[in-house]
Amino acid sequence: MSETAAVIEPKEKSGSRLERILNSGQFAVTGELGPPKSADVEIIKTKAGYLKGIVDAVNITDNQTAIVRMSSIAAGLLAMQHGLEPVIQITCRDRNRLAMQSDLLGAYALGIRNVLCLSGDHQRFGNHPTAKNVYDIDSIQLLSMVRKMRDEKQFACGDEIRNTKKSPIVEPRMFIGAAANPFGDPFAFRVVRLAKKVKAGADFIQTQCIYDMDRFKRWMEGVRNRGLHEQVYILAGITPLKSVKMAEYMRDAVAGLIVPDDLIKRLQSAKDAKEEGEKIAVEQINEVREMPGVSGVHIMAIEAEQSVPGLLEKAGLLPRPTL
Amino acid sequence: MSQVSEMTDEPNIIAFCCHYCAFTAADLAGTMRQQYAPNIRIVRLPCTGKVDVNLILRAFVEGAEGVMVAGCEIGSCHFIDGNVRARKRVAHAKTLIQEAGLDPERLEMFHIAASQGPLFARTANEFTERIKGLNAKEKASAKSQGEVCAV
Amino acid sequence: MIVAERKPLEELYAHAKKHKKVLFLGCGTCVTVCMAGGEKEVGILASQMEIAARERGDDIAVTEHTITRQCDSEFFDEATARKVEEADAIISLGCGVGVQFCAERFPDKPVYPGLNTKFYGATLEQGVWAERCAGCGECVLDKFGGVCPVARCSKSLLNGPCGGSSEGRCEVDPDNVECAWQLIHDRMEKLGRLDELEENQPMKDWSTSRDGGPRKVTREDVRL
Repeated sequence: MSETAAVIEPKEKSGSRLERILNSGQFAVTGELGPPKSADVEIIKTKAGYLKGIVDAVNITDNQTAIVRMSSIAAGLLAMQHGLEPVIQITCRDRNRLAMQSDLLGAYALGIRNVLCLSGDHQRFGNHPTAKNVYDIDSIQLLSMVRKMRDEKQFACGDEIRNTKKSPIVEPRMFIGAAANPFGDPFAFRVVRLAKKVKAGADFIQTQCIYDMDRFKRWMEGVRNRGLHEQVYILAGITPLKSVKMAEYMRDAVAGLIVPDDLIKRLQSAKDAKEEGEKIAVEQINEVREMPGVSGVHIMAIEAEQSVPGLLEKAGLLPRPTL
Repeated sequence: MSQVSEMTDEPNIIAFCCHYCAFTAADLAGTMRQQYAPNIRIVRLPCTGKVDVNLILRAFVEGAEGVMVAGCEIGSCHFIDGNVRARKRVAHAKTLIQEAGLDPERLEMFHIAASQGPLFARTANEFTERIKGLNAKEKASAKSQGEVCAV
Repeated sequence: MIVAERKPLEELYAHAKKHKKVLFLGCGTCVTVCMAGGEKEVGILASQMEIAARERGDDIAVTEHTITRQCDSEFFDEATARKVEEADAIISLGCGVGVQFCAERFPDKPVYPGLNTKFYGATLEQGVWAERCAGCGECVLDKFGGVCPVARCSKSLLNGPCGGSSEGRCEVDPDNVECAWQLIHDRMEKLGRLDELEENQPMKDWSTSRDGGPRKVTREDVRL
């Protein structure tokens, strides 16, 4: 086991499993579950089935790629009922600060304890490009807002989080996450942006999926130079490639994602691209585990949740620790 | 669709010609006794760069059935790039007349050097045939619909 | 200036067709600069209308007039009023402000917009105009080296860039849109003020922008 990030604080912020695993110094594993594009609860049951007991927490995406899906909080609650710990996601695209704070109160009331704060893909990419976009606040302001609710027990406007002057203060106590992209531009500023997110209140970070390992290493170097790895838990993003076509798509159609040519060549010359893709993912997991400052991995198996157990088994990350 | 009754066998064609090239070629055609369609009325301009979009549109408003804009070959314009600007404006004007309901083929840009008398005559004749063809097509189409179309 | 584009002919023809005589009213300021609704464009539109009406066998008389600005009542002079009087309807080629002002000035005449008003922008080169300002009501250009994140970042991030910034282009429209945050970063670097971008900008007060409701500016000191 490599040297993981130093324990941040003994005092718990949310009491979530993810927080506890990270605090204990063990290598954490998070997964992802895309809610259905309908009100079908069976789909969540099926996906949850693959991930239960396999990961420490599961991200529940929020209208990912600006395509309408069941809400993150609702799907998160359903996932909880199937034995998973959710990390709900909030994007800045669809909700203003009122709606977000309202959602956070509701999510906490329903038992949700982890939240990931994102800018969100512009609606131009999705199935409702004619919608008005919100972007009332950005992801960094959102991080500050969530932390202010938890630690200062205040809404963004400064009001105390209590129903009446005589009611008790009941603030949402979330374990706060943010995303980081070591592969976007400008590269030098990417580390600064992480610093901003940490200053704003991020407790943990999940990175964009890594294919360009060199660039990730350089980013981690910058992160460590600033001591950020001691202030926030960093989970490296891993997405197993299923085919050459998928690799090419990610290289060409996803802005801010780098897929090196030698990876694509490896897939092209392999007998079974899917198997090779899994092999690559295992190698990547093993490599990031050795990096100081990396506290876990975030597996984004897009519409391939069933492949996660096998992958984690091969990477030696199962069984997950009990607390 | 054009007003059928106004179409003649000898279509009304305006040719905006630049003084330095196309007009000189037209002149030369005449001197060489190269016959070209008599229905073409030439308007001499210092340069096709003087042609603006509304000049072309006004020609159609005033009754032209075809408009030619003839300038120097690219690279030979006396005013450097007047003919290049004219090309762009002709391309744009095509979309405008199409929007208004005219076939964009009724407007065309040509490049004719001063010495190319025969080319001018040939171009003028071919363009006249093109307009005649369009007129005939539209007349036939109007007949088959039995009446002049309204929007 | 305010940048606008002319509406398609079909849309305007449908309005004009409802009347016998239509006045096309141009504006000599912003929309002349962006070549959408000035005297020249009014002439082109009028010609297109005449051709279209003739082609379709419709009876529509077309008149043209252009004034200095349609957003100031002083330019709606006697000559303009007479032309309006003679027409049954006006198609105003002013920006959205001009169209409304025209309608307010001549409440008895139907006034139709000839343009789609787009944004506050600048001329990059002849024929290319780009958005620069969103009219947010509280200018923060001092903080960002003169590049506006509200207007030029697709997500109006005050703490950008987002993860979709790639090679200086915005993922929303990489062919046409530069990443504002790349521009801000480069500018601040040149000015030696990159460290200022490490500061977390707080949430914006949007109440000064259109979000707060329609706005008005009053200067009591210059009112007559």
